[in-house]
Order: sequence, then structure tokens, then C-alpha cells
Amino acid sequence: MHPWIGAGPEDRERILAELGLDSIDGLFSTIPSGVALDRLDLPKALDEESLLHHLGELAAANTTADDRPCFLGAGVYRHVVPSVVGAVLERAEFFTSYTPYQPEISQGTLQAIFEFQTIICQMTGLEVANASLYDGATAVVEAALMAHRLLRGRRNRVVISETVHPLYRRVLQTYTGALGIEVVEVAPGEGGTTAAAALAEAAGDRACCIIVQSPSFTGVVEDLPAVAEAAHGSGALAVQAVAEAVSLGLLAGGGAHGFDIVCGEAQSFGMATSFGGPHLGFFACRQQHMRQMPGRLVGQTVDSDGRRAFCLTLSTREQHIRRAKATSNICSNHGLMALAATVWLELLGGDGLQRVAAASLSAAEAFKARLAGLPGWGLAYPQAPSFNELLVTGPGTGEELARALRQRGVLGGVPSRVFGGPWPDGLLMAFTERTSAADLDALVAAMGEVS
Amino acid sequence: MKRRALRDEPLIFERNPGRGRRGGYLLPETGIPPVDPGTVLPAVQLRPALDGLPALGELEVVQHFHRLSQLNFAVDEGLYPLGSCTMKYNPRVCEAAARLTGFTEVHPLQPDDQVQGALRLLWELEEALKTITGLAGVTLQPAAGAHGELTGMLMIRAALQARGEDRQEVLVPDSAHGTNPASATFAGYRAVEIASGSDGTVDLAELDRMMTDRVAAIMLTVPNTLGVFEHRIVEIAELVHSRGGYIYMDGANLNAFVGRALPSAMGADALHINLHKTFSTPHGGGGPGAGPVAVSPDLVPFLPVPRVVRDGNQTFHIVWDDERSIGPMRGFFGNFLILVRAMAFILGMGGEGLREMSETAVLLANLIRHRLQGAYHLEYTAPSLHEVVLDDSLQQEHGVSNVDIAKRLLDLGFHPPTMSFPLIVHGALMIEPTESAAPEEVEAFCDAMLQIAREAEESPDILHEAPVHTPVRRVDEVQAARHPVLRWTPEP
Amino acid sequence: MAVPEGLSYTRSHEWMRREGDTAVVGITQYAQDQLGEVVYVELPEIGDAVEQGTEMGTLESVKAVSEFYSPASGEVLAVNERLADEPNLVNDDPYGEGWLVKLKISAVDETKLLDAAAYDEIVAAESH
Repeated sequence: MHPWIGAGPEDRERILAELGLDSIDGLFSTIPSGVALDRLDLPKALDEESLLHHLGELAAANTTADDRPCFLGAGVYRHVVPSVVGAVLERAEFFTSYTPYQPEISQGTLQAIFEFQTIICQMTGLEVANASLYDGATAVVEAALMAHRLLRGRRNRVVISETVHPLYRRVLQTYTGALGIEVVEVAPGEGGTTAAAALAEAAGDRACCIIVQSPSFTGVVEDLPAVAEAAHGSGALAVQAVAEAVSLGLLAGGGAHGFDIVCGEAQSFGMATSFGGPHLGFFACRQQHMRQMPGRLVGQTVDSDGRRAFCLTLSTREQHIRRAKATSNICSNHGLMALAATVWLELLGGDGLQRVAAASLSAAEAFKARLAGLPGWGLAYPQAPSFNELLVTGPGTGEELARALRQRGVLGGVPSRVFGGPWPDGLLMAFTERTSAADLDALVAAMGEVS
Repeated sequence: MKRRALRDEPLIFERNPGRGRRGGYLLPETGIPPVDPGTVLPAVQLRPALDGLPALGELEVVQHFHRLSQLNFAVDEGLYPLGSCTMKYNPRVCEAAARLTGFTEVHPLQPDDQVQGALRLLWELEEALKTITGLAGVTLQPAAGAHGELTGMLMIRAALQARGEDRQEVLVPDSAHGTNPASATFAGYRAVEIASGSDGTVDLAELDRMMTDRVAAIMLTVPNTLGVFEHRIVEIAELVHSRGGYIYMDGANLNAFVGRALPSAMGADALHINLHKTFSTPHGGGGPGAGPVAVSPDLVPFLPVPRVVRDGNQTFHIVWDDERSIGPMRGFFGNFLILVRAMAFILGMGGEGLREMSETAVLLANLIRHRLQGAYHLEYTAPSLHEVVLDDSLQQEHGVSNVDIAKRLLDLGFHPPTMSFPLIVHGALMIEPTESAAPEEVEAFCDAMLQIAREAEESPDILHEAPVHTPVRRVDEVQAARHPVLRWTPEP
Repeated sequence: MAVPEGLSYTRSHEWMRREGDTAVVGITQYAQDQLGEVVYVELPEIGDAVEQGTEMGTLESVKAVSEFYSPASGEVLAVNERLADEPNLVNDDPYGEGWLVKLKISAVDETKLLDAAAYDEIVAAESH
């Protein structure tokens, strides 16, 4: 028997005898012969060494972003991941446990989520945050569907800026298509920001929400106070999507400007790029709307001795109770990733988060200064406020530029129209606290060779 | 797990109350001069200090999470027979594989030629899941089982639309997990409950009556949440298919029959596979999981994008656009590091091992059934596969509920069974030991359950007062719901 | 469990106390017992038009949700605002402080209502 199986051949015989059966086949008598299988046509078991060798070869067949200067972002960022994060996540008490349905033996997970909820509230400027969602794209979808429910389906339009991450918008289309919800996309203005007036016009009196991303897909800090006013003026909820959560270290979350929902992707808080997952969706809203919220919530209460304790709460919103009328179909969420974010944030502290954000911004600003000396290259939106990501145009299409820089040993950026878009064709370049002066030198040198 | 910790672990926000400067984390020396953010960002949008989040030394943070971890029960501590959740051992080699930097430090928007290893792994995992299910295509994108359900239902919707049909209903057995009707709703359908027959499986006559041309699909968990195989599955599929409907198969319970039965032969059109159940990726205290969906040839054109394809030169590419696709269900390619773990598990188990896995899971579940039947009531007596659903009706005569039984199990060192469903069993105790437990551990669990059955008769107060040995005692969930406190706030 | 005389009851376990063309509505002692400790009550809005037999709101316990239905057609005149902070009133005093909604009645189908004795029989049948 395989070592991951608890019972050996003698155990099997002994238990079969206790059950009064001759063979294991007796346990599968209800499976009709027409669907039964004699064997599984997969290779024989690999021992641990061979397994790691095989997967190690696959891993080695990838070029890691650690091997060369890397300026890729576009929703997935390379920030520091302290060793402490991995060490906590490797504790079996966290990673081999289930959703904390039995609070008496899950206080560790529950308290960590409670702390996560608190930090997300602080950062977004809102009152209630849930225990996590899958990722930024699905968080934006959940926000739109929640706004639709809050307005009781009487307002069937979702207005979304085109500078919300293209994948988020595509996922929104996937979900809303089946529900007959209309999605209206609003193009950014010449300067890169989305005009509040254009959003309001698209909303008319039929929108349940207006969604903008800030900083946007093209790196622009949107005029959040104006967007919130436009949304509320049209009777819609204001939703802020965030793809680069570290920006919240310097920029107040939309709640401070009157946004009703702030949600998005928190991969930046302690998760590696990991070829796209698992990452972390976060979601925060106003207390008055919490009963329409998707996902799990942890609340504080007491045990029978009166000691502070935590448990999952307001569960009647969820699928296991409300079934077809649930606020979301989500069950398993991204709990361990929320733990990663909590460890990361608590290790760095508020001050550390601010320093990470400031270093990321400083690297982008240092690059801007160097860019002025590169003929043929320039910023697509020189006047717009930016955080740590820039849309840079150069002598060629984004694909051509990315290839040319790659040939010079630099992962120079993501082609800005990789998923289409109405903005200039160039490179999205992301900078973080891991960007060094040497990385910038290499980038600028490579760019100087491309003309 | 710590028993009754002598001191409570404070919330992180309650530490360093003077907010002095301590430790934190040393950031890289970038050699880049700092810029005052106020000169770049709009002044009105600058945030005030995050003063709730204190600066702490590294050991303080490590101790905080270490102590918190000690308040959790885990698979590594003891039997975790949570029905329908398949809480099996998470092999450490799978964790090691997922930590290879060639997997973790790869950006999803690197060009295809730089990520051939990652793409090959995705492709090979798809192939393995096709072999296990007999189905024609697989998407690895869904982040969890429920996400897979929605993905599958949206593919069914797209296939019907391509046929020019607009169907409005989805049939869901009353024994189903709550995600099924919820997913049907989010796919734009009306979930219609179909009552189970007296043996707990689908009642063919009832299905015949309800399977009209308004019905897009039936969502079937196989084996169902009672652990009972739908023995008329072939007839069910024939009936549904003959009326133009689809079979959505919920693979939450796939651990019951890997290598013993083939979903394609059962007539499945779409089947999600909870990799965090059957293929042992860790549950993580509530995810991340992964819920790939395998589909019949009919549904292949509608699979989500992005997809991984292989060309004649054994080179892999990502396809982002396909007009017939339902579109992406999330960002990027799925929970990649979870997929790595599942691939490692499949390779580590091998074809024969996977078959033995399901056989042993069924064997141990039947050992539990055999030992506990009589002491506990078994409402549905059809043969059990990987789990058995008992209930508390015998104990209710002594005023003892399934919750009391569960809390007493905590004191005896076991995780309780699932109690919240199936809804067709009142006071359910859904027990799933999985294959990885040693028989002695399973037997010890049975002994504990038998002890509790005796205690229910002789000294029910022990059960009402349980748990007493856990880090906290029975938690007041009513107060939590009546007066929600969902975040810490500073003392005024 | 004594079923108070003088009220009208429904098969879905609501009670209604009529005074002229207005009525106070709540759920019965039996219904609150079945539901368990009520943690949240979702009430209609004042001015909502309601029809006899249709859903008027929901009552939630920690692990269940159940709808309650209007015993008459009419308009919502008032709702029990205290339940927002004290949902336990539904458990503690279902026929008194735990009332749910006050209606202005426009029409009642009396054949769908029960008196105390008839309702008592239904409860007796359900509990066995």
C-alpha cells in the first residue's frame, strides 16, 4: 500500500472480515458495471526524489523574474515577502485545518481573520470587510452583483471605467451575461483619468453602481472624490477597485471619499507572483449594506465562561443556509492567503507599509526623471498623478518594445494592449521597493539601445 | 492544540499601546533617493497614518501567530472526519514542490517562451484529469468547487444558447450542498428542488415528471451527500439527455471512486473536481482550493479562456481569445500553486495508488458505519461509499443533539462530523474518515462516539457542558449575530 | 403552549390582532420555538402594499432563515422598530412586545384564517 494511505494490506483483510466481505469489490456493488473501471491508466507512483526531480525540471524550465531586472505588474506585483510569512503559512495548524465552523477549536484562524478584517477596514476607510474572496477580478464582480441586489434589481446597469483591469472587466462580462445585467464601459479621457461627468452620463438614472480602479490599469490615480459624487448624484453606489494594494499605504481608500464598496486584489501583501495564483480578493463596504455582502465574516463574541471568542457570523447570507437566495455561491475562499496578508501587514506595521509604498513611488519617480533623457520614449500621461506603475510609449508597439528589452536581459514591462484597450500602445512598467538603482540603470541602458 | 490556554492572545492592535518604534522589517537598500509622496499624489487623497497597526519586533509577530496556531485543530493533530470535506493528509512533498522558486517567482504575464515548464504542468494536469474522468476537456481556472459549479453551469448555458434554446430551470436534489442551488442562480437559472426517493437517491418517476423542456440541467452529486451512489445514474442521464438537458456532476465526493468508476460513462457533461478534497491540496483554514471542471465533447468549445494548447513542436501556448468561450472566470490561469500540489499528489500516488486511495476511503467509512450503527440511528440504509450519515435521533430522546455530540468529541480529541447538511437528515452526523487515517485512529474515533452514546443515556450533562478542554468553551453565536462586532475599534 | 383566544391565525404560523380596519401581526409561540433564537428580523417598509399570503419579511436565527407572510391584504402602517436592537423580543414575547408589523387592512379572505382552536390542532399535528 502507498504511504499516504493509512491502512495496509493486512488491515484491509481484517476490516473486510469484520464487515463480512470477501473482497473490496463488495463495497462497490452499487456502481453499475457499465460505468465501473478496472484500472486507472496513469503512470505508477513516483518516489519522493523522482517526483521532486521531475517537478524541479518543470520549474527550471521557467524563467523566473528573480533572474533579471523585472518591471512586470499589470495587477501582479513583486514586493518583498519576508521569511516569516512562509514560516507561519507552513504551520500545519493553519494550512491543514478547515474553514472554522467549530469555533472552539479554530480560534487561531478566526482571530487572524478578525485582524485581517480590521486592517482592511482601516485601509479602505469602510466599516465592514469580509474574510476574503478569490481574487481582484471576482471581487469586482461580487461588488457589482451586490450593488445590483441593494437596488433590488431596479437598476440594471453597471458602469465601469475602461481603465479597470481588462481581466476584471472580462470576468464581469462572463458573470453578468447570464444574469442579463447591462455593462457600460466608459473610456478614459486624453489625460488618462476617467472623467466623472462621463461616468455620470453613462449611468443616467439606471445604474446600480459606478466602478473605477485607482490606481488604474494604466497607473493613473483617479479623482476619487469626483467619482463618488458622480455616482451618488446619479443614485448609484460608488465602487473602487484596487489592483495594487500597496498603494493604500499612501492613498486613503475610497471609503474616505464616500465610496460604498472598496475591493480588489491584495496579492501585494505577502504573496509571490506565482504565475497568477493563488492570490487574494478583498472586499469592504458600509455597515448598512453588510447583509447583502458576499463571503464569510468573523465576529467577536464570548464563550460560556464569558471570555472573548470569535466565530463565523451572519451566515444566513451564505449558500449553506440561504441556498438559491444566497448573496454569493462562494464557499471555500482564500483563507490562507488572507493569513499571508495579515502576517505581512502585521510584521511591517502601518509604518512599514507606508515605507514600502513610498519606496515604490520613489522608484517610479526616479525612472520618470531618467525617461526624459531617452529619445523616442515618453510617458503616455505625463500630467496624471501616478503611484508605482507607468504607461510608457516608445519606438514601436508594446509587443515589440517588450521583446526588444527582453533580448537585452530586462523584463521591461507588460504590453499595454495585451488585453486590448483604448490607451496608447506601449509598456506598463511597475516599480516596487525591490527595484534597485542598478535595475533602473539596466532598464534605462536597454531602452537607450532601442530606437 | 493548546488545552485551555492560561492567557488569552491579545489582538495585534492591543500590543505596543504606546506605539513606540519597534522592529518591523528591513526593506532592501535600493540606492534610489526617496521622493516626498506629497509632491506626486493629490493632497486630498493622501492617507493619514495607519495608527491601528503597531510597529512590533519580529519575534513578537512570530509568537503571535505561533500562539494563535496553537488554538486550532488540524489534520496533523487527529482524525478530522468532516463529511463532504475530505480532510485527508497533505503530503509534505507536495508542499515542497509548490515552493520551488521556478513556480513561485513566475509572473503570469511573462511571454510563453519563458514559462514553458508552468504551461507543461498545466497541460499534464489537464491530461491526468481527463484520464481520471474520461471526459474530453478540462479547465483548471476555477478557484474552488463552487466556482467550478458556476463555470460548468455557464458552459451549459452557452451550449443551450448556441442551440437556440432558452431554458430557465435547473433541478437540484434536496440532498444537495447549498452551493448547487446558489451556483444555478448565479448562472441565471431558477433552482428547482427535486425530492429524493425513499433510499435517498433520485426518484426516477419524479425526475420523469419534472424533466421538462424548461430544464437546462440537473446537478447531481455522485455519490450523493449521503455517501450513496446514484445506482440508476445511466438511466437518469439517458432521460435527461433525451429531453435535451445536461448532467452537471458535482465531484465533491470523487474520493469515493477514483479508478473504480468513470464519470464519462455515467453521462456527465460537466464535472468539477475539488482538488483540495480528492487530490489533497491543503484546505488552508478555508482555501485557497481549486475546482477544475472536466466536460464532455459537447461543452469543449465553451471552456473558459485563457487555455493552454500544445503545438506540433511540443511547445505550449496560451490562448486568450475564443469567440465561443464563456470568457474568463477569474484572473489568469487558476490557483497555480494549488495545481502544482495536485499534480504532485497524482504523480506521487500513481494510477494504482489513486485506486487504492478510493478503495481505502470507502473501506474505512464502512468500518465506522459498522461500528456505530445501532448506537446511532442510520436513516438511509443504502450501502455507503466514502462517508456515512448518521443522526442524533436516538440521543434526542435524552435531550442530546448533534451539536452536543460534536462538542463532546472536541473534548475527546477529534474533530466532529459535518452537521449542517444534508437537509434531508435531521440532526445529521456526516462522517468521512478518508483513506489517510490509520485504522487505529478510526477505531479510536468509533470508541469515542460509542462512549458519547453511552454518556447521552447516563450523564447527558457532560454533553451539554462540553467542551471543557478546548481553548475556549462553547461560543455564543447568537450574541455574535445579534450584535455584530466585525472589527476591532480603538478604545474611545 | 397555550394559543391565545381572540386572534386570527394562519397555517404558516402568523397571528393577527384586528382593531377595526387595522391589525397587528406577529408569529406564534410555536413558530418562534421552531425557529430558535431570533438574531435578525427583516421587516417591510412603511407604505408597502401587501397581499394576503405573500412574503412580508424574514426572520433569521443563527443557522436558519424563514419568511413570514401577510395574513391580510393592505398597507404597512408601522413596523416594530425595537426589533432592530432587540430581536429576542420575538422569542420572549411573541404575542406582545415581539409583534412585527401593523397593517391597514383592505381585504381579508377569512377562509384562509384559523381561530385559536383550529390553529392549536395544526400545531398539535405538526409537533408529532
